[in-house]
Amino acid sequence: MTETLDQMTFVYASYGVGVVGTLALVAQSWFAMKSAEARRDRAKGE
Amino acid sequence: MHIYANPARFLRIAKWLTPILLVSGLVITGAALLWGFTQVPPDRLMGDTVRILFVHVPAAWLGMGGWTAIAIASLVELVWRHPLAAIAARATAVPGAAFAAICLATGSIWGRPTWGTWWVWDGRLTSMLVLLFLYFGYIALSASLAREGQSSRIAAIFGLVGAINVPIINRSVVWWNSLHQPPSITMGQSSIDPVFLWPLFAAVAGFSLLFGGVVLARMRMILADIQAEARLRRRAQKAEMQAEGAVS
Repeated sequence: MTETLDQMTFVYASYGVGVVGTLALVAQSWFAMKSAEARRDRAKGE
Repeated sequence: MHIYANPARFLRIAKWLTPILLVSGLVITGAALLWGFTQVPPDRLMGDTVRILFVHVPAAWLGMGGWTAIAIASLVELVWRHPLAAIAARATAVPGAAFAAICLATGSIWGRPTWGTWWVWDGRLTSMLVLLFLYFGYIALSASLAREGQSSRIAAIFGLVGAINVPIINRSVVWWNSLHQPPSITMGQSSIDPVFLWPLFAAVAGFSLLFGGVVLARMRMILADIQAEARLRRRAQKAEMQAEGAVS
């Protein structure tokens, strides 16, 4: 039995993993930083 | 180097540098990936799957570069006791692990149409998987030490010892038989055609800027957590002393 593979499916999957993974990392780091700095500023103000 | 040892001075620089690195990284990475996806012709041997290069190689470079940065920061912490070195090492671990995981995932996706298999236990793939597990160990260890308020010296030693895996990953395709291709880019020379090389350089530059921005953001987060905790502790001590004074 021979298997036919659509190469572009693998390209889409790789780009999906790379782009979604990187954007998730950037967003999580940015919002965690903002939230930590807001917590610090609240602690300063109290 | 000690000019930047002061956290307040570091925060002043990081405040404007973080968004610059992140925005320029997003723009350059987006442009490089679009370039690789739409403008690059299919490779003679690999066909369209050659486009995976523009995600896989920067992820591999940053996965290994991340641990190299942890090892350098650990050395600086142990030798010069730089106050920001431990924070820099901790901040590098999560993005390093994320890019090592992206490298393994995209490599596996690339392996299926190219080698006919998702995974082989050869030197390159196995040593990269070991790097991911080292990251997990480092993240757990440094978080646990920070939570307990203990010195980060044990994590620094772990960061230095774990660096032995980086040259092993790099040389694995030379030392052992592997399905993975040998190094295409070495000092001063490349066997990659310029039509693939330039978008690859752009992708590496873009992802590296993003990596730098993420590390700065995570350093700011760790510093803010330390400052907030110190303030709350001081306030609790003050309240306790006042309560003791009222009782006596």
